[in-house]
Amino acid sequence: MKFAVLVFPGSNCDIDMRKAVEDTVRQPVDYVRHTATDLSEYDAILIPGGFSYGDYLRCGAIARFAPVMGAVRQAAAEGKFILGVCNGFQILTEAGLLPGALIRNKTLKFRCHPVDLRVENNRTPFTSDYAAGEVIRIPIAHGEGNYYCDDALLARLKANGQIVFRYAGGNPNGSVDDIAGVCSESGNVVGMMPHPERAVSELLGSADGARMFTSVLGAWAVRTGARAAGSGAGGR
Amino acid sequence: MAQQTTVQEPTAEQIAEQRIYRRFGVTDSEYELICGFLGRKPNYTEIGVFSVMWSEHCAYKNSKPLLRRFPTTGPRVLMGPGEGAGIVDIGDGQAVAFKIESHNHPSAVEPYQGAATGVGGIIRDIFSMGARPVALLNSLRFGRLENDRVRYLFENVVAGIAGYGNCVGIPTVGGEVMFDASYEGNPLVNAMCVGLIDHDRIQRGVAKGVGNPVFYVGPATGRDGIHGATFASEDLTAESEAKRSAVQVGDPFMEKLVMEATLELIESGIVLGIQDMGAAGLTCSSAEMASKAGNGMELYLDEVPQREEGMTPYEMMLSESQERMLFVTEPQHEAQAKAIFERWGLQCVKVGKVTDDGRLRLFHRGEQVADMPVRALVDDCPVYHKPSRVPDYYVKNASVDTNRYAPVEDLNAALRKVLDSPSLASKEWVYSQYDYQVRTSTAVVPGSDAAVVTIRGTRKALAMTTDCNGRYVYLDPEVGGRIAVAEAARNIVCSGGEPLAITDNLNFGSPEKPESFWQLEKAVDGMAEACRALGTPVVGGNVSLYNENERGAIYPTPVVGMVGLVADLDHITTQSFKQEGDVVFLLGETKAEIGGSEFQYAVHGVTEGRPPAIDLAAEKKLLDAVLGAIRQGLVASAHDLSEGGLAAALAESCFERGLGVSADFATPLRPDLALFSESQSRILLSAPPERADALAAWLKARGIPLQRLGTVGGDRLVVKVNGRPAIDASVSELCHIWKEAIPCRMR
Amino acid sequence: MKASVYVTIKAGVLDPQGNAVQDALHALGFGEVGKVRIGKYMELTLNTDDKEAAARRVREMCEKLLANTVIEDYRFELEE
Repeated sequence: MKFAVLVFPGSNCDIDMRKAVEDTVRQPVDYVRHTATDLSEYDAILIPGGFSYGDYLRCGAIARFAPVMGAVRQAAAEGKFILGVCNGFQILTEAGLLPGALIRNKTLKFRCHPVDLRVENNRTPFTSDYAAGEVIRIPIAHGEGNYYCDDALLARLKANGQIVFRYAGGNPNGSVDDIAGVCSESGNVVGMMPHPERAVSELLGSADGARMFTSVLGAWAVRTGARAAGSGAGGR
Repeated sequence: MAQQTTVQEPTAEQIAEQRIYRRFGVTDSEYELICGFLGRKPNYTEIGVFSVMWSEHCAYKNSKPLLRRFPTTGPRVLMGPGEGAGIVDIGDGQAVAFKIESHNHPSAVEPYQGAATGVGGIIRDIFSMGARPVALLNSLRFGRLENDRVRYLFENVVAGIAGYGNCVGIPTVGGEVMFDASYEGNPLVNAMCVGLIDHDRIQRGVAKGVGNPVFYVGPATGRDGIHGATFASEDLTAESEAKRSAVQVGDPFMEKLVMEATLELIESGIVLGIQDMGAAGLTCSSAEMASKAGNGMELYLDEVPQREEGMTPYEMMLSESQERMLFVTEPQHEAQAKAIFERWGLQCVKVGKVTDDGRLRLFHRGEQVADMPVRALVDDCPVYHKPSRVPDYYVKNASVDTNRYAPVEDLNAALRKVLDSPSLASKEWVYSQYDYQVRTSTAVVPGSDAAVVTIRGTRKALAMTTDCNGRYVYLDPEVGGRIAVAEAARNIVCSGGEPLAITDNLNFGSPEKPESFWQLEKAVDGMAEACRALGTPVVGGNVSLYNENERGAIYPTPVVGMVGLVADLDHITTQSFKQEGDVVFLLGETKAEIGGSEFQYAVHGVTEGRPPAIDLAAEKKLLDAVLGAIRQGLVASAHDLSEGGLAAALAESCFERGLGVSADFATPLRPDLALFSESQSRILLSAPPERADALAAWLKARGIPLQRLGTVGGDRLVVKVNGRPAIDASVSELCHIWKEAIPCRMR
Repeated sequence: MKASVYVTIKAGVLDPQGNAVQDALHALGFGEVGKVRIGKYMELTLNTDDKEAAARRVREMCEKLLANTVIEDYRFELEE
């Protein structure tokens, strides 16, 4: 299975994302620059956190027009597995590939600390290795993680089961309905503000994020009908 | 913001007659020296260049004689003071580069940008050596939080550090914040950066190879921060607010791009010399690079990218626009270098040439507009041996008896007061604004004795901390200087690391005052002695003088930034008690030493007397023994005793997991003195019951004074003194006070 | 031609910054201040004389980039 980690000018968590893939599922992973226009060789596309284009104008507002986003759009339409974390989530909402928008934290301050998340939807390719309703410990680190959608959209998200994660132990940023992560209607594009790639080892405080990577490996294995080699996890 | 310079610059004669040079901080005798070096009177551009090169900030003219007293060499030192950062070997062909720097004056006037650009500057110092920055720390001092202006400065300094560091993607993993009235009006903002580098990639700021091109990298130059170096070399007054234009504005996104591109350039192996443009921008970088190579340099100022109209040579040379670098390579590599920067969307422009005549020549609009000998700019700046005098307060203080206060009976209340003290309380309000986990290498996050950052591909890690107790240094600078180094080493060891070396930031008042200079001199002596005793040479640092205003000077505050090597991930240790039943030990001797203590300040409202004594030989023995015990796997938690004494250390060890402790302290001292004394060379250890005896035996065999205090368990902090109740409080109640101290004052 | 673009947060969206500023103004004694909303002001210099074409283009710029129409409203003025 081939993973792409997109790198925009100002992306920071690309290294973390790559290390997480290497340490959890041990599959090939490439950095792909924002100028690339072809993502066809990749099965999963990870859009990491950071401050793409300095967060200027709005977080992700400029990144969404980068050349690579055309290929991301195509990959999404083809049903490939796409995960946007933090700034990656912001980029996906600005690009219209995920519903809603992320605005400034209600407290007006950057917040960095672990949070409890409830897995609301374990039927996405990235959450299948979790139990429905399971509470996991994942760190956040953001200043603009306040998820917003209007009432009509919220009703649709609920009806379609598009809410993937909610904050469980307290809402750190004011997000509507405690939403921490959502998916597209098709389910193959997932975005979340917390950083699962920072929770893949007990040495760093939690390994609860590792199963997001094993989940998508499993989803790929089922899709391709092949057993992934060399990984300690593989499928369900 | 564009200012058109339609005013004619003064001529060389006018500068002499009207003594215009004085405005730039140049004295009459210095001016005479400059005329001598030039063989004529300097023009406006030349006097501008000399004034910043000869400022205290760039030339260390008042502090150099003292800095020479530091030990700067050692078997692991690869690069000592003089370059962007010091470099220390950590084995396997790898090294750690680190340095600390201050941005005190700008932060007093514009706290967000002052702090932000301080962070930016220190990051550039690290990657200009070829090192990948892996961590940031900061040491901050403010006045009392009851003061509106102080809250404004505190809030914005923290926001500035966060805004810049988070955006560049380097985790801010540690540091310290202290509050005391002496810092009102003169906040201290010291930023430290730590980086990793392979031995064969180490760069220097040298203009090597006569005839080689000199390149400018980064955003266009504007009029920001002109005379920033001069501003940092004088006292803050009411006019300082008006000097707001002298504060530079940072762009962390630009810094991230410049950092990545520069590291890529260095990785390509074509760089001969590289330096960042920090204080005094183009002037300092060009002059120093030429000086270190023993060469000269020509600069073609028309080539310098400019973002304002009509900039003069004076303005271009003195601008402190941020995020710019200067480097030298061979002519055949120009295309390769440019291609790297173009990929990152950055301009890389040839702005000069290395020469062999030892002069810095500037060209503008087809004419030579300045011509100065490099030696005169860098090496021949006069060095001053300032007079030093023992202050009256010191003499008076020596005879103050700090044991004369009435005994404090309610020790629970005393502990609550101490935990509520912002200097000692939880700093979570601060560090939760910093991304301390980006790069997923932070094994010990803020809140323990030292931060620990892992090194991928190895089982090693780096421990790092900043420390200084300004009250101790005020009460006795030499002792306080020793303690600053010792406390840093203790924090490193308690985290499982072997102390390697230090970087220092000397924050003091005006060297023109003999009493202040005495403080500086004595503190340096104390630090130097401790560095020698503990085997931690000084590999780089910064001096910030003139930290005073109309009301007086700050407490002398020599901040120590120390890095240690954790030999294996299994050695990583934190301060919190780990499980019920663990046995708690107190190592070291406790005397009645509350001079300069948090207890004296919070409960008695004063800072007086002698600070705690320190025996460096005993300290070294203690550190070696504790590190050995940790490496043997005998230790569950380790916490050094500092502000707040034993009572605070026990409480702090309970907070993270909410585990209580039952302790009985045998001591000849009165309970309040016993529990809050800040005697040095003491550490609190806990061990699982099956290892406790082995731990005790290990320590006793090495002659470490040792007392078994009690056991971890329950949910209360219960401390008896000689069998009699002294403290009995709920851990969660104490934790709440400790956690809320700063947030409730900031609402 | 100069375009002045005003981008404001939509009415239903929480504006924590606006609230913070309102509190601060009250604390300074300006009790008469009601709601505060904080937006962005942008100045664009356009190389064109055609006001109608400029209006069309600026609207497109706003829709595409300058405003996130999920959470923001925009309006603009043109002057020679």
